[in-house]
Amino acid sequence: MTNLMTNHYEAAAVILFGIGFMNLLLSRNLIKKFIGLNIMDTAVYLFLAAKGFIAGRAAPIIAQGTTATVEQFINPVPSGLVLTGIVVSVSVTAFSLALVQRLYKHYGSLDLDEIMQKAKKEGH
Amino acid sequence: MNKKSKWRYFMDWVNGEEVIETPKKVTWKKIDFEKWKTIFQKYLWNDRKKSIFYLIMCVFVSVVFISILLQTVNTLPYFGGSNNPASNEVVQRYIESGVEETGATNIVAGMILDYRAFDTFGESNVLFLAVICVVMLLKKDKYNTTEAEEREQKEDDMFEKQDANIILKRIANLLIPLLFLFGIYVVLNGHISPGGGFSGGAIIGAGLVLYASVNGQQKIQKFFTYKIFVRINVGCLLTYCVLKGYSFFTGANHLPNIIPKGVPGALLSGGLILPLNICVGMIVACTIYGFYALFTKGEI
Repeated sequence: MTNLMTNHYEAAAVILFGIGFMNLLLSRNLIKKFIGLNIMDTAVYLFLAAKGFIAGRAAPIIAQGTTATVEQFINPVPSGLVLTGIVVSVSVTAFSLALVQRLYKHYGSLDLDEIMQKAKKEGH
Repeated sequence: MNKKSKWRYFMDWVNGEEVIETPKKVTWKKIDFEKWKTIFQKYLWNDRKKSIFYLIMCVFVSVVFISILLQTVNTLPYFGGSNNPASNEVVQRYIESGVEETGATNIVAGMILDYRAFDTFGESNVLFLAVICVVMLLKKDKYNTTEAEEREQKEDDMFEKQDANIILKRIANLLIPLLFLFGIYVVLNGHISPGGGFSGGAIIGAGLVLYASVNGQQKIQKFFTYKIFVRINVGCLLTYCVLKGYSFFTGANHLPNIIPKGVPGALLSGGLILPLNICVGMIVACTIYGFYALFTKGEI
């Protein structure tokens, strides 16, 4: 377990991921569920950013007129992956919140159990 | 027979001594299964509001999940180490010959809009699909609005017109052009400095949201209607598709560029990266404003 101290960013990301997962399972309010999902997304960004970091190196923007060597810059691939993650997370959140809004208009509740009971009564 | 003597009896029995006292005959009580079942249902299983069982299982599963992942983190390569397996020859290629091959001094921009432009095209499509789904679900028409909702909407618009937030409006109208300018700057400098289509588009979208929330939706509809929204979104996606498609469908051979690469570091450089950044920025700005408008009023 000594590596957890040096890999503390990854450890924090993993714990955040678990917290988001627990929130997703435990809260019955749909909006809170999606907050949990967003916490999980954020944990993944933290993990990827931590994996791309290399100590003592700069962000990969090359000064004009200089030749770049790999020893100067951090790993640019995780940065691109985080960008993809953010876009997908925004899209999924918007879509699911739109669904929640429609559900609220129809059933008058954000509670998942209440919605399920009402849906059962309606015979779906 | 009290406890002590029972213990003594047990000790004697273990030691193999002769049992002096004859114990009482043990009679098994009949276990009332029905009673336990009702208790279990009442407190643990029946109602999820009181469902301790569900709570315990959730916490247990999450804790097990976290501990498994922590074990994995424990065996990962060191944080910040330069010999990590993730920084391999791909990264070396991107950094050392990225400027020559893409013309962008921002390696991340060169990576996502040249080497991995297909991935970014997919991202733009995801955003487009999300906004289409939100339009399908939330756009108001005569089928999904009741009269009461329409009346409420009209009352809201009335109050909005009566509200004279002079300070808010003046400050916001000073701020909005600056926001647009900054967003455009971030989009146009995406290939030579931090930023790019996604972040600049988000800033422009925030400016549009501010304008709509301060001046009312009617005013923004004078220059930003649903038709324009759809045309910008579809047009930008198609432009992206056509600009990058020639490279994809010829096996990504990097055919001679239509646009010259220019001097790395200048504003007009980087070949196709600048137009692609502008396309992505416009899509993102439209999408963010579209989400806001659809979630608040149900119309763009």
